[in-house]
Amino acid sequence: MSAWTLAYAVLLYVAFTVLVGGVIYKIGIYAMTPAPLRIPTMPAPRTRLGVVARLGREVGLFASLFRGDKWAWIWSYLFHVSLLLVLIQHLRYVLVPIPEWVVLESPFGSYAAFVLLISLAGLLGRRLMIARVRFVTAPSDYLMLVLLLVIATTGALMRFVDRANIVGFKVFIQGLMALHPEPLPTAPLILVHVASVALLMVIFPFSKLLHAPGVFFSPTRNQTDSSRLEAQGAGEAGGSVGAEPVAQGGTLREGVR
Amino acid sequence: MSDIKAPVLQDYVPIPELHPGAMAGVKPFKASAEHQAALGFPGTLVDDWKAVAIKRLGELVDGSRALKVYLDSCVKCGACTDKCHYFLGTSDPRNMPVARQDLLRKVYRRYFTWAGRLFPWLVGATDLTEDVLDSWYTYYHQCSQCRRCSVFCPFGIDTAEVSMAAREILDSVGVGQKYCNEILGKVHKIGNNLGLPEPALRNTLEGLEEDVKEATGVDVRFPVDVVGAEVLLITPSADFFAEPHIDGLIGYAKVFHQAGISWTVSSQASEAANFAMFIGSREQMQKVAQRVRDAAIALKVKRIVVGECGHAWRVAYAFWSTLIGPLDFLDPRYPRPQHICEVTEGLIARGALKLDPSANDDKVVTFHDSCNVARATRMGDRPGGQFTVPRSVIRSVCAHFVDMDPATIGDRTFCCGGGGGLLTDDLMELRVKGALPRMQALDAVVQGKKVTHMAAICAICKTQFSKVMPYYGLPREMVISVHQLVGDAIVLGAKE
Repeated sequence: MSAWTLAYAVLLYVAFTVLVGGVIYKIGIYAMTPAPLRIPTMPAPRTRLGVVARLGREVGLFASLFRGDKWAWIWSYLFHVSLLLVLIQHLRYVLVPIPEWVVLESPFGSYAAFVLLISLAGLLGRRLMIARVRFVTAPSDYLMLVLLLVIATTGALMRFVDRANIVGFKVFIQGLMALHPEPLPTAPLILVHVASVALLMVIFPFSKLLHAPGVFFSPTRNQTDSSRLEAQGAGEAGGSVGAEPVAQGGTLREGVR
Repeated sequence: MSDIKAPVLQDYVPIPELHPGAMAGVKPFKASAEHQAALGFPGTLVDDWKAVAIKRLGELVDGSRALKVYLDSCVKCGACTDKCHYFLGTSDPRNMPVARQDLLRKVYRRYFTWAGRLFPWLVGATDLTEDVLDSWYTYYHQCSQCRRCSVFCPFGIDTAEVSMAAREILDSVGVGQKYCNEILGKVHKIGNNLGLPEPALRNTLEGLEEDVKEATGVDVRFPVDVVGAEVLLITPSADFFAEPHIDGLIGYAKVFHQAGISWTVSSQASEAANFAMFIGSREQMQKVAQRVRDAAIALKVKRIVVGECGHAWRVAYAFWSTLIGPLDFLDPRYPRPQHICEVTEGLIARGALKLDPSANDDKVVTFHDSCNVARATRMGDRPGGQFTVPRSVIRSVCAHFVDMDPATIGDRTFCCGGGGGLLTDDLMELRVKGALPRMQALDAVVQGKKVTHMAAICAICKTQFSKVMPYYGLPREMVISVHQLVGDAIVLGAKE
């Protein structure tokens, strides 16, 4: 086994462990930390189903960001969607045989690389140019974007300019998955691309990238508007999925005296 | 009126250029040792304040999922940076919500995260120093905890939670804010924020009975400590004698009178406000809320109705069930608790009040959504009832109603500039400047739609507006209680 193969095998095992272990640990912490007071940002849904819809709008459409800052929304939405398409395209390295839908998605995943690059440039540009955003930016905020730009650039180069040995790389990945490392193709672009991805994976559970699991645990977004139901002694927050609040319907009006 | 210079009103509120440190010198008076002691806080900065502060920070974060998630999740996208009225009015970048949070976040990262422990320079983590503590005192007392920023945050990060935590830490090391802590002491000792003792309260309310009798010829009662009354009214003590609040109280009394609902205030819980929320103290908040439960049980009432007070309605609506619930000793046929606007709307809907809206024909009214009501509570049985119920009440009693710019009402409403425990004269510069976005929106409808009055449902809003409006060339008399409009339109005796 070459030194490159050994180094990258160790690197990816470590990175994967840190990413998965770290995120699971963090999710566990978030889930176990108490949220004693009801603080949903109103108007809030009154049922669990409504909360699912609200979180769906946040995660799927970035609804609050859209209300708050249209340019930030455009760049970050393009970034996240193109990243998702690119990641789906990369499933071909992991899955054997490659499922039909991954094959069909492949052209989208490939060309999404350009959207990814443009959106990252947009995010970096606004971070540099808008004084308010620059004021709240730490070095790590810039470096995170630079790291993503390195990943996207090397990836796009290997896809469109200097075609990488993707068959050899798939063999390497499959080897890692079988806990029996195969030789790593050592083209410089592959080395830089994979090392950058590994670094991003390691950073994930220690950085603001935790916004990804965090949004699901945000009390202002995931709590139901059900305090008065609890005051009535009408049971658990929000009741069961789809349950209509029983309290107010017939009683709010000054009908009974 | 002091020589504070209010921003000039333009056609819109521009996003200001950054002026770092513009408000660094504006901070409220510190609580005396005596005020601190009354709440169980150290009287002066404790010797090992740094260790105490870091320990308290850890405890608070471990006890609050909100803090835990919010201190990790901010990506510095900047969506909140132009949403805070204090930033818009002062141009101090530390008043941008994310920058305000970062004052605490950078310390949290330094002591509680690997990234901050190992690479502080990289992730913007810093040691807790006396300067940092001082910046907390300054800028966490330039946040009215109105939560407007949280509406626009892609992760719902709530600066109010961070601001409350910071104030709690400051209290725990002996650096309290005079205004809030002195008031909380009065609540414990006397029963209300204004320090109005029972005899004075009775006297005031008797005076009101005479005033209303003189004006209308009808005996409208303002009962105190009546055991067995149907409704316990919990209202901000400003309603007992501040202007324009008191006309709102007269309005509630007329509503109860006309509907034949027996009611009472409690001398023991003669205050709806719960300033413990502002200082982030769960323990204090529970203690203050407990008075209400005790009073309701002692007076054997069937319902608790909360008067016009923004943060009090938040505490009542959203927190009482946790703090003092369940309120299962109350009549289950009514919401527990119930807002006075819900009571009035319900009575109007079933024709229980005879109203003559022409009494308000001289007015063109707009409505200021109070931040805590808008973004932390509901009224009625539909989502958004906190917006529609008060407007429906106003429309029933006043023919001329217009709304302000949609970007400044509803859940996007701007704070009056005096909420969150900042309604004190030592912060007047902040209050005047922070009122800018609301003043701009109001001025636009005054100019464009001939608005003469702005109705509000919060004691703090009413006091703040009547104090700062003259700085913007708007008459202070424009601010009125929603229930003043109701009270003026009720035709008393018509049903008797």
